[in-house]
Order: sequence, then C-alpha cells, then structure tokens
Amino acid sequence: MHEMSVTESMLGVVLRHAESNKATSVTRINIVLGEFSTVMPESVQFYFDIIGKDTIAEGAELNFRRTKLASRCKDCGKEFEVVEYDFTCTKCKGENTEIISGREFQVESIEID
Amino acid sequence: MEIEVLEGVFDANEIIAKENRTLLDGRGAFMVNLMASPGAGKTSFIMRTLEGISGEIKPAVIEGDIAGKVDSERIAEIGVAAIQINTGGSCHLEARQVNTALNHLDLDGVQLVIIENVGNLVCPAEFKLGEDLKVMILSVAEGHDKPLKYPLMFSESDVLIVNKIDLIPHTDFDMAFLEDTVRKMNPSVEIFKISCRTGVGVDAWIDWLKNRVKAS
Repeated sequence: MHEMSVTESMLGVVLRHAESNKATSVTRINIVLGEFSTVMPESVQFYFDIIGKDTIAEGAELNFRRTKLASRCKDCGKEFEVVEYDFTCTKCKGENTEIISGREFQVESIEID
Repeated sequence: MEIEVLEGVFDANEIIAKENRTLLDGRGAFMVNLMASPGAGKTSFIMRTLEGISGEIKPAVIEGDIAGKVDSERIAEIGVAAIQINTGGSCHLEARQVNTALNHLDLDGVQLVIIENVGNLVCPAEFKLGEDLKVMILSVAEGHDKPLKYPLMFSESDVLIVNKIDLIPHTDFDMAFLEDTVRKMNPSVEIFKISCRTGVGVDAWIDWLKNRVKAS
C-alpha cells in the first residue's frame, strides 16, 4: 500500500525530469534509499513494473544505492554510524545528535535516450 | 545520457506540509499528529484530551481511517468540530489530504487541531503533515520490544504516550526496558504513562499539552 503511493510519486519525479529533457525513453533510474527508510526496494520494483507500463519509463532498470544510518553530534561534531538504533554520540556520549544519512528516498539521476 | 535529478520522493508532500503549517500559523493554531497501531487507544486518548482541555482550548479533530466514520461521529457527538478522511486503503495520511480537511473545517477560533492518523506503526512516520507535534501511543498489550521493531516511529515522535498501564500487572511488560530503548533512539522524547480507561496519568499530559498550545 505504502510502496504503491511512493512509487507513483517517484515515477512522477522521473517522468517530469525525463519529459523536460525531451527523453523518448528512460533506461535507468538511480535511487538513493536510506536503510532507515520504511520503503522496501523489492516492493518499489514490483509496483514500478505495473505502474510504469505504457510510460516512457517502462522497463527502466531501478538501481538502489543504500545509505547507512549515520548521525552527527551537535556538541562535539563527531559523525558516527548508528548501531542498533542507539543515537548516543560514540565519542562524548552526548544525546544532542542529528541524522545525517539513512533517511533518504531520492531520485539521484536518470539515464535517458 | 544521464540527467542529474536530486529530488526527494517525499519533497512534494513536504511542500504541502509547509503550506498547512503556514495556514495554521496564520490562525495561531497548533496541530498534533497522533499515530499508533490499531487498537492502541487513539480515539479514547483524543476523547480524554478533549475532556481535559474543555473550556480552555478550542479544538478540532481530523480523523483518518481506511473506511467508516465511526470516530468522527463519536467526536461530533460531544460538540467538537470533526472531519473524517477515508484513505480508501492507503496506510497513512498525506499532507494533501490534511490540507483538504483543513479547508473544510470551521477553524474560526480553533487553537488546537488533532489529527488521528491511520492505525499503523510504520508509514505515518514518513509523511509530514505540517504538525507542530508528533505524538505516538504504545499500549501495554503491544509489548515493550516495539521500539526495536518500528524504530522510525519511535525516533520521530516528540511525545510517547504509554497507554493501558492498568494492564501492566497482567503482563510481562518491562517499562524500564521500554524507556531505556526509546531514550537511546530519541533522547528528547517526552514520555507520559497513562490509562485512558481509568484516567490515571492523563492530567500530566493535559497540563503539558495546554502549556505547549498556549506557548505557541
């Protein structure tokens, strides 16, 4: 259910950029997907195969680049990979941290003809 | 030929969420996005909250459900403006649906809008609606291990309501484990332990919410 609607949004982004570049077909879609996203690549592929039909993106290869969950400590500046959802700073043990990667669901680029 | 896109799939939703925020800011209204799994006690919690703020803060409620209008009717019965969004199978609310609801609600004098999101511990956490506060409920019967299974929801929420604490003596629920796990994920989270059935703990939440709404 969820992936159906996000795949539609993703296809919308792809088609808009493809059309503005006067593409006749989209051959590959390069996607950045954080490991902390709730979106599953297999489901996106499944829905894309259905809703991409009869569009210029039909049959395009979906390439997912996964990013690890990482945070930055706002107190000491340390950037660290978050293991087992423990966001405590690995250096100063501070709790004032922000996510810097792992939440993305972004169309990074498309390859078109 | 490769074309750089660099566009987030949720960007379009976030633009509308910001519009919702602007609309409410213009009216001085505060918005809460309430999320939980089905049966955690979202509607009972809203009823308790409405009772607690009655006479002090004017509320309106947006009810998101896959089908039916049981919840909005229950709220309208007590004289609070309520609107139902039926998502028709979709597992979460999106900013556009909330925008439509806000435009259909009589917001005159309203200081607090409560959105009851679709019962689900996964997808609602991904979609910003323009809320000031994300509140989630975990009920005791669901178990203390849920943060490790649904981490995004627990790390995104500003407030965690632990509901149905009157059931604790009948279960193996480990409150210390829950609090420890959630605080590692989300150090600034506010935790309230309540029972909507008995009313225990509800006052602390109501006082905190009133202060937040009045300070906004």
